[in-house]
Amino acid sequence: MAQTTLPASRPPAAPLNVKKWLGVLPFFLFAVLFLIWPSARLMVDAFLNPEGRFTLANLFELFRNQTIVNSYLLSIKISAVTAIGGGIFGFFLAYSVTIGGLPKPLRSILITFSAVASNFAGVPLAFAFVATLGRTGFITAILKNIFDINIYQTGFNLYSFLGLSLTYMYFQFPLMVLIMAPALDALKTEWREAAQNLGATALQYWWHVALPILMPSIIGTMFLLFANSFGAYATAYALTGGSLPLITIQLRAQISGDVLHNPSLGYAMAMGMIIIMAVSTTGYIWLQSRSERWLK
Amino acid sequence: MKIFSGLRSISLWSGFWYLLGVLYFILPLYATFDFSMRLERDKYNFVAYQKAFADPNFLKTFAYSNILAAVTIVISLLLVVPTSYWIRLRLPEARRIVEYITTLAIVIPAIVMGFGLVSVYGAPINLPFTSIQLTDSLLNTRLGTNFIIIMGYTVLALPLMYRSIDTGMRTIDVRTLTEAAQSLGANWTTIIVRVILPNLRASILSGALLTFAIVVGEVTISSIMNVPAFSPYLWLLGQHKAYEPAALSFASFLMIWASMGIIQIVTGGRAQAAGAH
Repeated sequence: MAQTTLPASRPPAAPLNVKKWLGVLPFFLFAVLFLIWPSARLMVDAFLNPEGRFTLANLFELFRNQTIVNSYLLSIKISAVTAIGGGIFGFFLAYSVTIGGLPKPLRSILITFSAVASNFAGVPLAFAFVATLGRTGFITAILKNIFDINIYQTGFNLYSFLGLSLTYMYFQFPLMVLIMAPALDALKTEWREAAQNLGATALQYWWHVALPILMPSIIGTMFLLFANSFGAYATAYALTGGSLPLITIQLRAQISGDVLHNPSLGYAMAMGMIIIMAVSTTGYIWLQSRSERWLK
Repeated sequence: MKIFSGLRSISLWSGFWYLLGVLYFILPLYATFDFSMRLERDKYNFVAYQKAFADPNFLKTFAYSNILAAVTIVISLLLVVPTSYWIRLRLPEARRIVEYITTLAIVIPAIVMGFGLVSVYGAPINLPFTSIQLTDSLLNTRLGTNFIIIMGYTVLALPLMYRSIDTGMRTIDVRTLTEAAQSLGANWTTIIVRVILPNLRASILSGALLTFAIVVGEVTISSIMNVPAFSPYLWLLGQHKAYEPAALSFASFLMIWASMGIIQIVTGGRAQAAGAH
């Protein structure tokens, strides 16, 4: 078999090319039929009025309708809070089992738990938090019986922004752990030794060497966590039953609900969501590729 | 490993975060388990589990979700393995665009994809730019609905499945294996089934288990398409019962734990996250 050792950038001969691409045809066909066409269809429908004519009204409505603006803001807020909070917490956890000096077996336990927790979402996760922090939840009861603190009288409510954020954290920080642990492993001991030889303190080493190297990876992963929570629907719906008007909840009400029913507006909302998801996913990919300069 | 001179304070600092992490992981699970054991007043037993598992609707929806998962796994593998293999072997120039498409599957939220599928396949499909009808709405029949939902799940699982398989392909030398097999007279089917697949066992298993976790836990698309799947059933059960849903939630945690545990063992610690939240 002839081996091409040409660099990938130089296009090979044309007739050969077509035959080679047939091998990936099923994949592209699948992607067009079940991923690209359905999403493109929603985007096109966002520009149509109920009579099927072109309109920009749905798009303007996204910015004019205060309910929709607020639900975007609420989703952005909860995604930012859980991405930053989960990112910081996950970073310290990843630190503790990599260069933080904890014994090896603790690391395997943490990584397995993180893999489980980042996949434990939706209805079971919501029910687990009801059992923990609900009105008769485990922690609620402990705080009441042992410390005499009734968190529901101090204004806490599981079915609120804070409650949902705590629930989202359960799948957010484990994802950070899974991505940051390898990145922290890649910090070379030579860098620290070099810094120490030049008389740097631990703080100076972190501030001037380690953090600047890790920053693209940290911020990048936070972008991923943001997207992870921005597109979430199941957990929020199962926990709050739709009382917290996130954009995903509003979107569903708009497209298939009984009260609000304006599918075209719903499609415009979906388009806005895709744009925000695309921006944060691109941010993740771009920063992750930048971080590979130092961390291989 | 000694990092700084103040090893002791470092370990304390690490220990503090680790403990906090472990508490965050364990407490909700313990609380769920504890609650699920209290169905009978003043007793601590597994009655909630017995009741939950004996419910015929549980059996029906759980079996249905497992079948969906199994078919999704087979279709994902049929789609991803040959594509990834072909790209490694002959078509490196397609890598970029295929990776771009798998990223697109992350960018489109599940709820948007659900409505997208309904909007395309919930209506009669015409030949493009004509009024010649090709099929009636696929979502009118059960078979059609099952087909569309499986395709939707395949899209949801695509990023993880692709990454699992592609990582596996990278660690084996696809070209050398293929050429060795060819020079011994093997045909394409033999090469894929008897040479490539056995070398990808760990990747296939981890991709399959991640897909399983996604499909059985999925509630967004299944509720949009109104199919009798496990997670919508669990949600509905939670509306009028207290202990049984807790029991099933704890059981699904154990199921995910088993899946991820197997992945950790077969891949030696490469962990991934699904993301059907």
